[in-house]
Amino acid sequence: MDIVVCVKTNPDPQMVRIRNREPVLEAVPYKLGDLDKNALEAAIQVRDAVGGKVVAVTVAETNRKIKETVKEALAMGADEAVIVDDPAAMTLDQAAVATVIAAAVKKLPACDLLLFGEGSSDNYTGQVPSRVAEKLGVPQVGYARKVEAAEGAVRCERSMDEMIETLELPLPAAVTVVSEINEPRIPSLMHIMKAGSKPTQVWTLADIGVDAAALAPKQEVVSNLAEEQDRKHVLFEGAAAEQAAAFVDALVKEGVVGR
Amino acid sequence: MADLLVYSEKTQTACELAAKGREFAQALGLGVSAAALGEGAAAAAPELGAAGADRVFVSEDPALAGWPADAVAAALAQIAAEAGATVVLLGSTRRGKELAGRLAEKLGAGAVTDVNALELEGGEFVAARYAFGGATIAREKVASDVRVFAIMPKTFSAEGASPGAGTVITPALQLATGMKVVERRAKEGGAVSLDAAPRIVGVGRGFGKKEDLALGEELAAALEAVVGCTKSLADFQWLGEDRIIGLSGAKTSPDLYVGVGISGQVQHTVGVASAKLIAAINKDKEAPIFQMADYGIVGDLYEVVPAVIERLKAV
Repeated sequence: MDIVVCVKTNPDPQMVRIRNREPVLEAVPYKLGDLDKNALEAAIQVRDAVGGKVVAVTVAETNRKIKETVKEALAMGADEAVIVDDPAAMTLDQAAVATVIAAAVKKLPACDLLLFGEGSSDNYTGQVPSRVAEKLGVPQVGYARKVEAAEGAVRCERSMDEMIETLELPLPAAVTVVSEINEPRIPSLMHIMKAGSKPTQVWTLADIGVDAAALAPKQEVVSNLAEEQDRKHVLFEGAAAEQAAAFVDALVKEGVVGR
Repeated sequence: MADLLVYSEKTQTACELAAKGREFAQALGLGVSAAALGEGAAAAAPELGAAGADRVFVSEDPALAGWPADAVAAALAQIAAEAGATVVLLGSTRRGKELAGRLAEKLGAGAVTDVNALELEGGEFVAARYAFGGATIAREKVASDVRVFAIMPKTFSAEGASPGAGTVITPALQLATGMKVVERRAKEGGAVSLDAAPRIVGVGRGFGKKEDLALGEELAAALEAVVGCTKSLADFQWLGEDRIIGLSGAKTSPDLYVGVGISGQVQHTVGVASAKLIAAINKDKEAPIFQMADYGIVGDLYEVVPAVIERLKAV
C-alpha cells in the first residue's frame, strides 16, 4: 500500500514565550507535530503489515531547517520525503496548504492512503486534512484510534460521543488519527544515521503546477495576543485541614457548593 | 435573498447557532436557514424554528446516516446554494470540525474552526480562537464570498431566542458517501460529556498511579462534578481519550473547575480558561495553574484532597 503521511513542522509551542502579550518566536526550534508522529507510526505499522511504502509530505513555509526537521520522519521509518519549498509559499492559510499538498500528492506515482494528525501542534484547526480530501475527491474519516488495511479498503475505529464506530473507506482515502492510536517510536541512533541517505525531494510550486495566485489568503489574522486573565489568585497555605476549611468556605461563598 | 445558514448534528448546538445567528442576520439584512440532516432529523425542525430559523432544510437521505463528512458537506453545499447562504455557522464538535474544512473547500470559502467568540465589527465577522497551542488568542477575519465558522458548543445561548417562521423545506439533494459504517456500539460505562458539565475536577500527573485516581473520583462525587484529565493521563491509558480537556480534547465552560495535580500547561488550560471559577490543588507553589486560579491550595494532594472531601461532607 502506498501511504502518504502529511506532516507539519511548527515552532515548538512549549518553547513559545509571551512578552507584553505577544508571542516571541525568535530562536524557537521547529519540530514535527506530535500527532503527525502518531500518523507516521500508524503508517509504518500498516506498511509493515501489508507491504508498500510510506512517503512523508510537507510544506516548508518559514522553516529554513526543514530538511533537518523532516529527517525525524525518515528516522522513524518513512521511506521517502517530499518537501514543497517556494518563496511564494512562506505564509499560507489552511486552504492554501491544502492546495499545495493536494498538488504534491497528485504528482506522486501512487497514493492509496493519506494519513494526518487530527490537528497541528500550534493552531489545531483540523482543516487541512478535510480540505485535501475534498480536493482529491476521496472519502475521509477523522479521529481514528485504530487503522488497519482491509481488502481494497482501510478500516478505522473511532470514539465519538457515546459511540464507538467502526468504519470502512474504499481506497484511496484520507484518515486523521488521535494520540490514543499508538506510541510513536523513538528512532535509534542507527536509524537516525540511515535517515540521511533516504530519498528527499524538494519541489517548487512550479514543479507541482501550482500558480502562486491560487494561494491568495482567504483569511486574515487581525491580532494574535495572549489572553488577559482576570482571576482572584487567593492561595491557601498551612496545614491541610485548615486549607481545606478555608477553600471549601470560599467555594460556598461563591455559591458553587452547598446549594 | 441571501441567508445565514446554521447546522450542527447536535440539536442543542444548532439552536444556539440559530438564536445568535438571527441577531447577526438582522444586523446584516439576511434571513436565517437551518439544516437538519440524518436519521430522525425532521424531529429537530420545530426546535430550530423556535430558536430563530426562518427556513429549516430537512434531509434524512440514507447517505447521511452516521454523518459522513463527504455526504454532509455535499448536502450543506447544495443547501447553501439553494438558500443563497453567504455565512455558514457550524458547531465545532468533532464532527462539525471535520466537516468545516470539507464544506469550506466545496464553497471556495475561508473557514475558522474552534471559534470561542464571534462578533460583528463594522459589518464584518471577527472570530476568535486559540493559537500557538493555546498561548494566544488569534482574532481572524474571513475574506471569501462565503464564510464558514465552526463555533464551540455553548459559546452562545439559545435562551430567549426570537423565533423564526420555521418553514420546513425538503430539498432534492444529490448525495453519495464512500464511508461505510461497519458497526456502531455504545461505549461501556456510558458517555462522558465534559462539554456541558457544570462542574469539573481535572486530574493530572500529580497522581502517582492509576489507582490513586479514585481520590479524584471521590472529590468529584463530593462536588457532583465530572472527572476530566490532561492529555498525558490519557496517553498513559489511565483514563479514556474522551476525558481529555484542552487543545486535543474538550473545551469546557463549567461553573467550577478544580485542577488537582495539574501543573497548568497551556495545552490543558485552554480547555478550562472560560470556567466561571477556577480552583487548583498543587504541591508546587510556582505551578502555572495558580496564575489562572481564583482559589488555590499549595500542598500534597494526598493530604489535601481527603481533607477537602471531609469538609465538603459537612457543608
